[in-house]
Amino acid sequence: MIEAVGLTKRYGKTVAVNELSFTVQPGVVTGFLGPNGAGKSTTMRMILGLDQPTAGRVLIDGQPYNHIKDPLTKIGSLLDANWMHPNRSARAHLKWMAASNGIPTKRVAEVLDIVGLTAVAGKAAGKFSLGMKQRLGIAGALLGQPEILLFDEPVNGLDPEGIHWIRGFMKQLAKDGKTVFVSSHLLSEMAQTADHLVVIGKGRLIADASTADFITNSTTSTVRVRSPQLPQLQQILLAHGVEATLSGQFLAVSNSPIEQVGDLAAAAGLTLHELSTQQGSLEEAFINLTGDVVEYDTHTSSTTAQPMGAIAPEGK
Amino acid sequence: MTQINVERIKLFSTRSPYWCLALIPVFGIGFTVLISLVDQGSAASLESSQAWAGFAISIVMVMSALAITTEYRFGTIRSSFLAVPKRGRVLAAKAVLLAVVSLVTVEITSLIAFNLMKAIRGPQSSAADFVLNSSGDYRVLWGPGVVCAMAAVLALGVGALVRQSAGAIAILLLWPLLVENLFQLFGKFGRTVYPWLPFNAGNRVFAGAEADARQTARLNGSETVSVPNWWEGGLVFLGVTMLIYLAALVAINRRDA
Repeated sequence: MIEAVGLTKRYGKTVAVNELSFTVQPGVVTGFLGPNGAGKSTTMRMILGLDQPTAGRVLIDGQPYNHIKDPLTKIGSLLDANWMHPNRSARAHLKWMAASNGIPTKRVAEVLDIVGLTAVAGKAAGKFSLGMKQRLGIAGALLGQPEILLFDEPVNGLDPEGIHWIRGFMKQLAKDGKTVFVSSHLLSEMAQTADHLVVIGKGRLIADASTADFITNSTTSTVRVRSPQLPQLQQILLAHGVEATLSGQFLAVSNSPIEQVGDLAAAAGLTLHELSTQQGSLEEAFINLTGDVVEYDTHTSSTTAQPMGAIAPEGK
Repeated sequence: MTQINVERIKLFSTRSPYWCLALIPVFGIGFTVLISLVDQGSAASLESSQAWAGFAISIVMVMSALAITTEYRFGTIRSSFLAVPKRGRVLAAKAVLLAVVSLVTVEITSLIAFNLMKAIRGPQSSAADFVLNSSGDYRVLWGPGVVCAMAAVLALGVGALVRQSAGAIAILLLWPLLVENLFQLFGKFGRTVYPWLPFNAGNRVFAGAEADARQTARLNGSETVSVPNWWEGGLVFLGVTMLIYLAALVAINRRDA
């Protein structure tokens, strides 16, 4: 279990992490979400004792990281896949890590096999692609067979094949009962792998909830109606106190169950071409929650009206 | 011991230490052959068989500084501190390893250079210059390795403080070759301090038999300055090395990695 209490990190006047308190429960995958610059990496560095918190503390099974003996056997991590010497072979990289924590050398071959790098183990890490470096970093995290694993943006910059591999890998770790704390700014990614979410924006806690609760509580579902007689339908709905707004070729109904809309249309004898529920996506929930706490906002009205237009609402 | 083994794996799984360590005997033997043969060996002696020691000090310092600055350059210092959160242990293990590797390489080169020169020296040299018969003679022979071991630790400290290869190497090369010499231009004070500056003082460890006693050197007429004897010089160099090492130790523990 990872437990952060009042964790704060200041760089001069900038507050990177502000009074952050959360716990990462054992045996589940916890997603750590936030826009770029929200303080995810800084928090992870404080968990691992690389950065000293300005205030507050973070404990791993009741101990600060720096007090853990042979920490790689308790908590494995991958913060940045580029943290390796370009002229050192993958095998040598893992060998020194193993030696430093009393891990038997034969484990090096095992983890190389797990991540599928056995064939290139003798090659210098500088010649690796990002995907291969990521695999090597994960091999390093698994080296000590730790119960807790920490990954910072593991899919960032990976090609679809690499993303697919990491996704499957996370699921396997969860199945094995490992505690996984993984950061991302991609919510759809987290929706598939995380059971629990810790959401931050501008260094502050926004939500600490199960993934399902987070989605239901922070997204609104709307009913979408298409009909050749849209104006009449809208009038009828409005007359019954149902909020129906015309948007292009369909009506969006926000405060009424789908059954009521259908019943009202049938009673009036109107033809419907479509009647469906639109569940707000995780992206929408995320943007709704963090929209006002994005560190590097563009301050244009168009982006606030339709943030990140590329993300279409997912019909469910 | 475990941690020293870790640093050994790290150091010898990259190329630069091999280059650096190979350059020491290359320079050592090259100089020795030249001095043995040029002008029929008139300059050949025990002392001149170690004339390459200054190069060895510079090379050892470059190797040591790179051992830590490359960790900062490539971010592996974080991996190192993740594996061993007691950061002082990482620094101490590096210091011991680099000192021992430097000591062994330079001592072997010293021995080869001495015996090689003794064997091939030209007719102008005298056999008496190659007899080891005083503690001062042994100091000349074994001293360069000891100074190199200390210099390795000093350079590691500078590297840890500066964290940049180019900056650290610039400091470590300019300090002995230029900065200390500039003191000679600073009037009487500069000339008095000059022989006691760390690298000048360190060189007294393997200076000839005259370094057995503290000397008073006479400069331009009436002015005299005192020059440290071998152990005074050694202590000055050791003291500066320890100070830099301690500063580095404090810095790596206080800074965010």
